[in-house]
Amino acid sequence: MNNETDSKLEEINNELSEVKADEPSDQYLTFFMGGEEFGVDILAVQEIRGWEPITPIPNAPRQVLGFTNLRGTVAPIIDLRLSFGVKDISYEGSTVVIILSIQTEREAKIMGIVVDAVSDVYNFAQSHIQPSPELAQTKQAQYVKGLGSTDEKMVILLELTEQLIADSEVVADRQVAGSNAS
Amino acid sequence: MSVDLSQFHQVFFEESYEGLDVMESALLNIDLSNIDEETINEIFRAAHSIKGGSGTFGFMEIAGFTHVVETLLDLIRSDQFVMEPDHVDLFLRSVDCIRTMINQLESGETCDMELADELKVVFELLLDGEKVSGVSSKTDVSSDGVHEENTGAQGWQIYFKPELDILRTGNDPVRMFRELSELGELSASAITNDIPAISGIDPEACYMAWNLTLWGDATEEQVNEVFEWVVDDSELSITPLLLGEESVEAQSEVEKLAERAATEESKSAPELVKETVSQEPSELQKATPPAAAKKSASNTPALKKEAKTESASIRVGTDKIDDLINMVGELVITQSMLSELGKDFSIENMPKLMEGLEQLGMHTRELQENVMRIRMLPISFAFSRFPRLVHDMSKNLNKKVELVLLGETTELDKTVMERIGDPLVHLVRNSLDHGLELPEKRLELGKDETGKITLNAFHQGGNIIIQIIDDGAGLNKERILSKAIENGLVTGNEHLTDEQINDLIFLPGFSTAESVTDISGRGVGMDVVRRNIQELNGSVEVESTEGEGSIFTIRLPLTLAILDGQLINVGEQVYIFPLVSIVESIQSHDQMIHRVSGGCDVLRLRNEYIPIIRLWEVFNVKPEYETVEDGLLVIVEGDNIKVAVLVDDLLAQQQVVIKSIRENYRTVNGVSGATILGDGTVSLILDISGLIKLAGVGRDSYKKINDSNDNEAA
Repeated sequence: MNNETDSKLEEINNELSEVKADEPSDQYLTFFMGGEEFGVDILAVQEIRGWEPITPIPNAPRQVLGFTNLRGTVAPIIDLRLSFGVKDISYEGSTVVIILSIQTEREAKIMGIVVDAVSDVYNFAQSHIQPSPELAQTKQAQYVKGLGSTDEKMVILLELTEQLIADSEVVADRQVAGSNAS
Repeated sequence: MSVDLSQFHQVFFEESYEGLDVMESALLNIDLSNIDEETINEIFRAAHSIKGGSGTFGFMEIAGFTHVVETLLDLIRSDQFVMEPDHVDLFLRSVDCIRTMINQLESGETCDMELADELKVVFELLLDGEKVSGVSSKTDVSSDGVHEENTGAQGWQIYFKPELDILRTGNDPVRMFRELSELGELSASAITNDIPAISGIDPEACYMAWNLTLWGDATEEQVNEVFEWVVDDSELSITPLLLGEESVEAQSEVEKLAERAATEESKSAPELVKETVSQEPSELQKATPPAAAKKSASNTPALKKEAKTESASIRVGTDKIDDLINMVGELVITQSMLSELGKDFSIENMPKLMEGLEQLGMHTRELQENVMRIRMLPISFAFSRFPRLVHDMSKNLNKKVELVLLGETTELDKTVMERIGDPLVHLVRNSLDHGLELPEKRLELGKDETGKITLNAFHQGGNIIIQIIDDGAGLNKERILSKAIENGLVTGNEHLTDEQINDLIFLPGFSTAESVTDISGRGVGMDVVRRNIQELNGSVEVESTEGEGSIFTIRLPLTLAILDGQLINVGEQVYIFPLVSIVESIQSHDQMIHRVSGGCDVLRLRNEYIPIIRLWEVFNVKPEYETVEDGLLVIVEGDNIKVAVLVDDLLAQQQVVIKSIRENYRTVNGVSGATILGDGTVSLILDISGLIKLAGVGRDSYKKINDSNDNEAA
C-alpha cells in the first residue's frame, strides 16, 4: 500500500516539474534601453504601441510623461529610460510604449513604459535567473528581479512596481519634461 | 450534483442579504398588540428562502440555524405561539447572526457558530416550552448533525415518501433518483400501498413511496442535497449501510419503519398527512445511528479559499430597462435611415441628412442620460439601515428616540451611496450618543421626553444635500475649545468664531465624550467622516445652537461619472472647468488689476477683490498669453472662495465623462479627473479647490486681500 502511494507521488511530481518547465510565466519580453537589454514578465504585458501624443500631467515627476487614451482608459506613460538614468533620449520611429499591468496591493494599474525598442521573447526558467548584487546599492535595484542568462547574452529582468510613478529623485527641469511630451 | 453551484453563490448571498433586510424592516414594524399576519408571512417567506438556498448550496450552518428560526416563525404564523417584545429582539439578533454567517461565507471563511449555537439554544427552549415534539426533534437533527463526523459508510438506505403535491411543485422524483444514481449504484423499489383505486386517482398526485439503496462512497451531504427542496414536505430517512451486522440491523430497522409508515399512511386521511410528516421523520431519525446523522461543517464547499473578486452588481427597475430598450430601438431606426440616405446621397437630400443627424444627436443624449440614471438609486438604500440602528442604540443608551426620514426618494449615484453609508452611520450614532439627552434630563429642560433625529435628503443644484438634524444638547463650545487646547489642536490665544470652534470637532484626535462607550467616543471619527466625504468631492459642515440641537450638513456631487464642462486652453493644452464652478468670464483691463503685498495679483470686480491664478504658472505649461491683459479671466468658485483663473481662450461647452486618474496613476493636485475628448486625446478636469490650494491663495489670504484692500480703498 505504502509503496504504491510513494510511486504515485513521484509520478505526480515528475509530471508537475515537466509542466513547470514550459510554464508561460517563465517567458520574458525583452527590450532595449541605452544599449542594454531588459526583460519583463510577458504576462504583465498588455500590448505594445507606437509613440502617440500624450497629455502632460501638471507637476509630475520628470519620468512621467503624461496620460494617454488607451481605448477609453486613461493611463500614465512613464519613460523608463528616465527612471533608469539612460542618457541620450530620443523619440523616434522605433521608440515604443509597452503597456503593462502592474499589480499593486489593491488592484492592477495599467501604465505604459517608453523604451528604445522591443527585442524578443525569451524563456528563463527560475533556475536560470541569478540575483544581481552589483545593482543592490542603486535606486533602480528595487525594480531588478535578477539576471537572466541565455547562451550568448545576459538580460536584466525587471519587476516593475507602482513606485515608478512616485520616484521623485529624477524630478528635474519640468519645462524639459513638458516640451518632450508635447 | 453535476452542475457547479459555486457560480450561483454570489446571487444567493445577494438574495439572502435582501431577505435579511426584509426580515429586519418587517420585524421593526411589527405592532405586537396587533400582529399583522402578512408581516409574519413576509418574515417567514424570507427566512424560508434563505434556508432553502443555503441548503441547496451546501451551507449547512446557515440552513440549520435558519431552520430553527423558521420553525418558531411558523408557530407564530399558525397562532400557536405568542410573540413578545423579547422575541422580536431575539429574531433581530438572529438576523444579525445569519448576516454575519453569510458574510463570513462570502469572504471564504468558516462560519463562526458560537452566536448561532447560543441563539439556537434559546430558540429550542422556546420551542420545547411549547411542547411541539415533532419540531424539536427536527431541530435536534440539525443541531446534532453539525459537528459529528462521517463513519465509513458503504452506502445509504433511503426511505422517501413525498407528499401528494410533489409533482405540482415542480419536483420530480425520477429526476432526483437519476441524480442519486450518479452518486453510486442505485436500486429502488416502490411502495405502492397508497395508490387508490383507479377511479380515485388524481393523475397529478404522487401516491408512491420508495425504498432506495445506494451503494458507493457518496457522503450524506450529497444525498441530502438531492432531496434538499422536498425534505420539508416529505418523509425522508437516510441510514448508512455498513458492512456486517450493523448494516443489516439498520436496514431492517428502516424497512420496518418504512413499512409501518406506509401502512399508517394508508390509513390516515389527507388532513392528517401534515401531522405524520412532522412526527414520522423524527422517529425514523431516532432509529438512525447517531454517527450517521452528520452534516459535517468541515466538508462544506464554502471552504474553498478562492481569491474573491469583488463583483459589484446593481438591481435596476424594469421600467428603466424598458426605457433603454425603447431608446436603442429608436437609435437603430435612425441609424438605418441614415445609412439608407448615405447609399445614394445627393445634395437635395441635405436637409434630410441634417434632420437625421439631429435625431441621432438627440437619441444619443437621451440614451446617455438614461444610462446614467441606471446608476442612480434612491437614497432610501442608505437610509434603510437607520431604523434598526436607532432602535438598538436607543435601547442600549436608555434614550427615547424618534427617527424621521425625509426625502427618501432622492436619487444618488450608486458609488456615492456606498461610500456615504459609513460616514452617515457615524454621524447618526454621534447625534444619538452625544447629542440627545437622557429622557429625565430632557424633561427637566422642558423638552419632549422623546428625542428626535431627522435625516433629510434633497437636491440643490448639482449637489445632493444630506442633513442629520437632532434636537439634543447641541455642541458645547467651551468644552470643545478647552478640549482642543488640551489636545494641542489650538493654542487658545487666537480668537475663534463660533463657526471655527464647531469646525474643530472634525480635526483628527478630537473627542469630548466623557466616557468611552462602545458606540462612539474613541477620538477617531469625525475626522474620518470628513475625509471620507472629501474623497467624494463633498463637504460636511455643522451648525449648532446650544441646548437646541445640531445640524450636520453633507454636500455631495450627484454623480461621479459625468460632468458639464467648459473647455479652455492654455497653449496646446486643453483643460476642463466644471461648468457649475464658473461664475463668469471676463476680458480684463489694466485698471482692474491690482498688485497687493505678498506678490499676489488681484482683480477688482464690482467692489470685490479676487485673487488671480495664472494657470500656466501653476501647471508649468507654455501659454500663448502670459499676461493678464492678453488672456481671459475665468472667475470660478470653490470652497466659498472666488478666484480668477487666467487662460488663453474659452473653447466649447460639453458634457464629459469623468475618468479616474487615480485608477492607474495617483491623485494630482489641482486635477480632479480626466476625460477623453472627441479627437481621442486625454484632457484634464480641473479641481477648483485643489487649484486654489496649489496656487496658495487660501481662505486666509483671500480674506486678507479683501480686508487690506478695503482699508486701502477707505
